[in-house]
Amino acid sequence: MSRSTKKGPYVHHSLWKKLQEMIEKGEKKVIKTWKRSSMILPEMVGFTIAVYNGQKFIPVYCSESMVGHRLGEFALTRTFRGHAGSKKAKVGR
Amino acid sequence: MPRVAGVDLPNKRIVIALTYIYGIGLTRSQSILKEVGIDESVRANDLSEEDLIKIRDALKQYELEGDLRRRIGLDIKRLIEVNCYRGIRHRKGLPCRGQRTKTNSRTRRAKKRVAVPGKKQPGKK
Repeated sequence: MSRSTKKGPYVHHSLWKKLQEMIEKGEKKVIKTWKRSSMILPEMVGFTIAVYNGQKFIPVYCSESMVGHRLGEFALTRTFRGHAGSKKAKVGR
Repeated sequence: MPRVAGVDLPNKRIVIALTYIYGIGLTRSQSILKEVGIDESVRANDLSEEDLIKIRDALKQYELEGDLRRRIGLDIKRLIEVNCYRGIRHRKGLPCRGQRTKTNSRTRRAKKRVAVPGKKQPGKK
Protein backbone atom coordinates (compact mmCIF):
# COMPACT_ATOMS: atom_id res chain seq x y z
CA MET A 1 0.00 0.00 0.00
CA SER A 2 1.30 3.41 -0.84
CA ARG A 3 1.87 6.23 1.57
CA SER A 4 -0.92 8.67 2.37
CA THR A 5 -0.57 11.85 0.31
CA LYS A 6 -1.64 13.87 3.31
CA LYS A 7 1.72 13.21 4.91
CA GLY A 8 3.72 14.28 1.89
CA PRO A 9 6.90 12.60 0.69
CA TYR A 10 9.17 11.09 3.31
CA VAL A 11 12.51 12.74 3.80
CA HIS A 12 14.42 12.25 6.98
CA HIS A 13 14.53 15.56 8.88
CA SER A 14 18.28 15.57 9.33
CA LEU A 15 18.85 15.18 5.61
CA TRP A 16 16.24 17.84 4.91
CA LYS A 17 17.90 20.23 7.33
CA LYS A 18 21.29 19.79 5.70
CA LEU A 19 19.78 20.32 2.29
CA GLN A 20 18.01 23.49 3.42
CA GLU A 21 21.28 24.86 4.77
CA MET A 22 23.00 24.16 1.47
CA ILE A 23 20.24 25.80 -0.54
CA GLU A 24 20.35 28.86 1.73
CA LYS A 25 24.09 29.24 1.40
CA GLY A 26 23.94 28.42 -2.30
CA GLU A 27 26.72 25.90 -2.09
CA LYS A 28 26.89 22.44 -3.52
CA LYS A 29 28.60 19.88 -1.39
CA VAL A 30 28.16 16.14 -1.32
CA ILE A 31 25.95 15.15 1.60
CA LYS A 32 26.74 11.83 3.17
CA THR A 33 23.64 10.04 4.32
CA TRP A 34 22.36 6.75 5.63
CA LYS A 35 18.73 7.69 4.94
CA ARG A 36 18.17 5.33 2.06
CA SER A 37 14.41 5.43 2.37
CA SER A 38 14.22 9.18 1.89
CA MET A 39 12.56 10.28 -1.29
CA ILE A 40 14.29 12.38 -3.92
CA LEU A 41 12.50 15.74 -3.98
CA PRO A 42 12.44 18.30 -6.78
CA GLU A 43 14.62 20.46 -4.51
CA MET A 44 17.38 17.86 -4.62
CA VAL A 45 17.77 17.96 -8.40
CA GLY A 46 21.31 18.94 -9.25
CA PHE A 47 22.75 17.89 -5.90
CA THR A 48 24.92 14.90 -5.33
CA ILE A 49 24.10 12.81 -2.31
CA ALA A 50 26.40 10.07 -1.07
CA VAL A 51 24.16 7.20 -0.07
CA TYR A 52 25.46 4.48 2.21
CA ASN A 53 25.04 0.96 0.91
CA GLY A 54 26.19 -0.82 4.06
CA GLN A 55 29.84 -0.65 3.07
CA LYS A 56 30.61 2.66 1.48
CA PHE A 57 28.98 5.84 0.23
CA ILE A 58 27.79 5.76 -3.35
CA PRO A 59 27.56 9.22 -4.90
CA VAL A 60 24.14 9.68 -6.46
CA TYR A 61 23.64 12.64 -8.74
CA CYS A 62 19.94 13.56 -8.62
CA SER A 63 18.46 14.28 -12.01
CA GLU A 64 14.94 15.38 -12.79
CA SER A 65 13.73 11.95 -13.84
CA MET A 66 14.79 10.52 -10.48
CA VAL A 67 12.29 12.59 -8.51
CA GLY A 68 9.95 10.34 -6.57
CA HIS A 69 12.41 7.51 -6.26
CA ARG A 70 14.09 6.64 -2.98
CA LEU A 71 17.77 7.30 -2.47
CA GLY A 72 18.43 3.64 -1.73
CA GLU A 73 17.25 2.58 -5.15
CA PHE A 74 20.42 4.03 -6.61
CA ALA A 75 22.92 2.57 -4.17
CA LEU A 76 22.80 -1.20 -4.47
CA THR A 77 23.54 -3.23 -1.39
CA ARG A 78 24.45 -6.47 -3.10
CA THR A 79 27.18 -7.32 -5.53
CA PHE A 80 26.54 -10.19 -7.89
CA ARG A 81 29.81 -11.64 -9.06
CA GLY A 82 28.39 -14.53 -11.03
CA HIS A 83 27.90 -18.14 -10.09
CA ALA A 84 30.76 -20.49 -9.28
CA GLY A 85 32.22 -22.12 -12.36
CA SER A 86 30.52 -19.72 -14.69
CA LYS A 87 32.94 -18.28 -17.22
CA LYS A 88 30.91 -15.14 -17.49
CA ALA A 89 31.63 -14.16 -13.89
CA LYS A 90 32.17 -10.43 -13.83
CA VAL A 91 34.17 -8.32 -11.46
CA GLY A 92 31.85 -6.39 -9.20
CA ARG A 93 31.71 -2.72 -8.44
CA MET B 1 -15.77 -9.41 -37.68
CA PRO B 2 -16.26 -5.95 -36.18
CA ARG B 3 -13.12 -3.88 -35.94
CA VAL B 4 -12.67 -1.72 -32.85
CA ALA B 5 -9.55 0.24 -31.87
CA GLY B 6 -7.50 -1.50 -34.55
CA VAL B 7 -8.37 -4.99 -33.36
CA ASP B 8 -10.69 -7.56 -34.89
CA LEU B 9 -13.15 -8.70 -32.28
CA PRO B 10 -13.79 -12.44 -32.25
CA ASN B 11 -17.38 -13.63 -32.35
CA LYS B 12 -17.80 -14.11 -28.63
CA ARG B 13 -19.92 -12.47 -26.00
CA ILE B 14 -19.12 -8.79 -26.27
CA VAL B 15 -17.77 -8.55 -22.69
CA ILE B 16 -15.18 -11.16 -23.56
CA ALA B 17 -14.56 -9.89 -27.08
CA LEU B 18 -13.61 -6.42 -25.80
CA THR B 19 -10.91 -7.91 -23.62
CA TYR B 20 -9.06 -8.88 -26.80
CA ILE B 21 -8.06 -5.21 -26.99
CA TYR B 22 -4.77 -4.51 -25.24
CA GLY B 23 -5.58 -2.33 -22.23
CA ILE B 24 -9.07 -3.67 -21.60
CA GLY B 25 -9.74 -6.38 -19.08
CA LEU B 26 -12.97 -7.74 -17.76
CA THR B 27 -13.63 -4.89 -15.35
CA ARG B 28 -13.18 -2.18 -17.95
CA SER B 29 -15.15 -4.15 -20.48
CA GLN B 30 -18.05 -4.45 -18.07
CA SER B 31 -18.01 -0.79 -17.14
CA ILE B 32 -17.89 0.28 -20.81
CA LEU B 33 -20.89 -1.85 -21.69
CA LYS B 34 -22.79 -0.58 -18.68
CA GLU B 35 -22.03 2.98 -19.71
CA VAL B 36 -23.27 2.58 -23.28
CA GLY B 37 -26.14 0.34 -22.25
CA ILE B 38 -25.40 -2.77 -24.30
CA ASP B 39 -26.20 -6.21 -22.97
CA GLU B 40 -23.04 -8.14 -22.07
CA SER B 41 -24.11 -11.40 -23.67
CA VAL B 42 -24.67 -10.11 -27.20
CA ARG B 43 -22.38 -11.81 -29.69
CA ALA B 44 -19.84 -9.48 -31.28
CA ASN B 45 -21.08 -10.20 -34.80
CA ASP B 46 -24.68 -9.41 -33.84
CA LEU B 47 -23.89 -5.84 -32.80
CA SER B 48 -25.51 -3.12 -34.83
CA GLU B 49 -23.43 -0.39 -36.42
CA GLU B 50 -24.77 2.17 -33.93
CA ASP B 51 -23.73 0.00 -31.00
CA LEU B 52 -20.24 -0.26 -32.44
CA ILE B 53 -20.03 3.50 -32.80
CA LYS B 54 -21.12 3.88 -29.19
CA ILE B 55 -18.47 1.42 -28.06
CA ARG B 56 -15.77 3.17 -30.11
CA ASP B 57 -16.72 6.50 -28.53
CA ALA B 58 -16.57 4.99 -25.06
CA LEU B 59 -13.15 3.51 -25.78
CA LYS B 60 -11.71 6.93 -26.57
CA GLN B 61 -11.38 7.78 -22.90
CA TYR B 62 -8.82 5.01 -22.39
CA GLU B 63 -5.23 4.62 -23.50
CA LEU B 64 -5.14 1.46 -25.56
CA GLU B 65 -3.05 -0.73 -27.82
CA GLY B 66 -0.09 1.08 -29.38
CA ASP B 67 -0.27 4.15 -27.15
CA LEU B 68 -0.36 2.04 -24.03
CA ARG B 69 2.44 -0.24 -25.22
CA ARG B 70 4.55 2.77 -26.08
CA ARG B 71 3.97 4.38 -22.69
CA ILE B 72 4.90 1.20 -20.85
CA GLY B 73 8.01 0.87 -22.99
CA LEU B 74 9.02 4.43 -22.22
CA ASP B 75 8.41 3.92 -18.51
CA ILE B 76 10.71 0.93 -18.52
CA LYS B 77 13.29 2.83 -20.53
CA ARG B 78 13.21 5.65 -18.00
CA LEU B 79 13.79 3.20 -15.15
CA ILE B 80 16.77 1.76 -16.99
CA GLU B 81 18.18 5.18 -17.76
CA VAL B 82 18.10 6.54 -14.22
CA ASN B 83 19.97 3.42 -13.12
CA CYS B 84 17.73 2.58 -10.18
CA TYR B 85 17.18 -0.87 -8.75
CA ARG B 86 14.09 -1.57 -10.81
CA GLY B 87 15.89 -0.45 -13.97
CA ILE B 88 18.78 -2.78 -13.29
CA ARG B 89 16.38 -5.68 -12.79
CA HIS B 90 14.72 -4.86 -16.08
CA ARG B 91 18.09 -4.77 -17.78
CA LYS B 92 18.96 -8.19 -16.44
CA GLY B 93 15.54 -9.60 -17.23
CA LEU B 94 14.80 -10.50 -13.64
CA PRO B 95 11.68 -9.79 -11.57
CA CYS B 96 11.84 -6.30 -10.10
CA ARG B 97 9.20 -6.44 -7.40
CA GLY B 98 11.13 -8.41 -4.85
CA GLN B 99 10.04 -11.91 -5.80
CA ARG B 100 12.30 -14.82 -5.09
CA THR B 101 14.65 -15.90 -7.82
CA LYS B 102 16.13 -18.98 -6.22
CA THR B 103 13.38 -20.90 -7.97
CA ASN B 104 10.44 -20.00 -10.17
CA SER B 105 10.14 -16.64 -11.95
CA ARG B 106 10.35 -18.54 -15.22
CA THR B 107 8.25 -16.01 -17.06
CA ARG B 108 11.03 -13.47 -16.82
CA ARG B 109 14.03 -15.74 -16.63
CA ALA B 110 13.19 -18.38 -19.23
CA LYS B 111 15.29 -18.39 -22.35
CA LYS B 112 13.51 -16.85 -25.27
CA ARG B 113 12.29 -19.73 -27.45
CA VAL B 114 13.77 -19.51 -30.89
CA ALA B 115 11.66 -21.07 -33.60
CA VAL B 116 13.59 -23.82 -35.34
CA PRO B 117 12.47 -24.17 -38.95
CA GLY B 118 11.14 -27.60 -39.80
CA LYS B 119 10.93 -28.65 -36.18
CA LYS B 120 7.58 -29.56 -34.68
CA GLN B 121 6.50 -27.17 -31.97
CA PRO B 122 5.19 -28.97 -28.88
CA GLY B 123 1.52 -28.43 -28.23
CA LYS B 124 0.96 -26.87 -31.61
CA LYS B 125 -0.38 -28.70 -34.61
